Amino acid sequence: MTIFIPTPLRLYAGGQDAVELDAPTVADALEALTQAHPDLRKHLFTAEGKLRAFVNLYLNDEDVRYLPAKEATAVTSADTLSIIPFIAGGN
Amino acid sequence: MGILHLNRAVYDAIRAHGEETWPHECCGVLLGRFSPANASTTDAAGKELGGWQVQAAVRAGNTRTDSAHNRYQIAPVELVKIERDARRQGLDIAGFYHSHPDHPAQWSATDFAEAHWLGCSYVITAVAQGKATVTNSFLLAGATEEDKRFDQETILVEDQPGTPDPT
Repeated sequence: MTIFIPTPLRLYAGGQDAVELDAPTVADALEALTQAHPDLRKHLFTAEGKLRAFVNLYLNDEDVRYLPAKEATAVTSADTLSIIPFIAGGN
Repeated sequence: MGILHLNRAVYDAIRAHGEETWPHECCGVLLGRFSPANASTTDAAGKELGGWQVQAAVRAGNTRTDSAHNRYQIAPVELVKIERDARRQGLDIAGFYHSHPDHPAQWSATDFAEAHWLGCSYVITAVAQGKATVTNSFLLAGATEEDKRFDQETILVEDQPGTPDPT
């Protein structure tokens, strides 16, 4: 599958905007990504190992939080996973 | 101070967007390429002019319809699609813009708390009674979420490549 790396995290992924890897599930893909690029881990996960609240994961066009199996969802080589930090604000 | 390069069309477009949505906040995404400072991107005084070169602004919907006069939020799925289109054009997400209706063009505590795109520019336009006034840009600097900060940066509005017009 292909994991798209957002602009702020490319520095920690060898400058790449996308990483190709083989993994059976979303969680496994994230594990493989952070094994290959350990500096990414603290930007994606809390010290307790939970995905940071402001980090959104989209499997193709679906929010992983709302998939029935969530991060245990099976993936194929044709799937894309987008890491998208939250964007909001106001005066 | 960092530099954000905006072409005139983008600068005008984001200010016009804020006027159109007043008294509600507008929001959108800035697409471009990062240009590291080097000898060819310094001015006559040797001041570095590196930074994001914004080439397009993409309007986004404000999903905070419950409080659109003082809050904005871009749906992540919309951002996914904007980023996908940007990749096809060879562009990156350089930052974001939004408006502050009848409020100064300074970042707020909410803006800071909700800012997570380190290394990207957050452009804010004050819109007073429907008219765009000041536009400022703040780079979300720092290495991690825990030490992030907003650094104001100079906006260079460029009418044509090679003819920067400081504002």
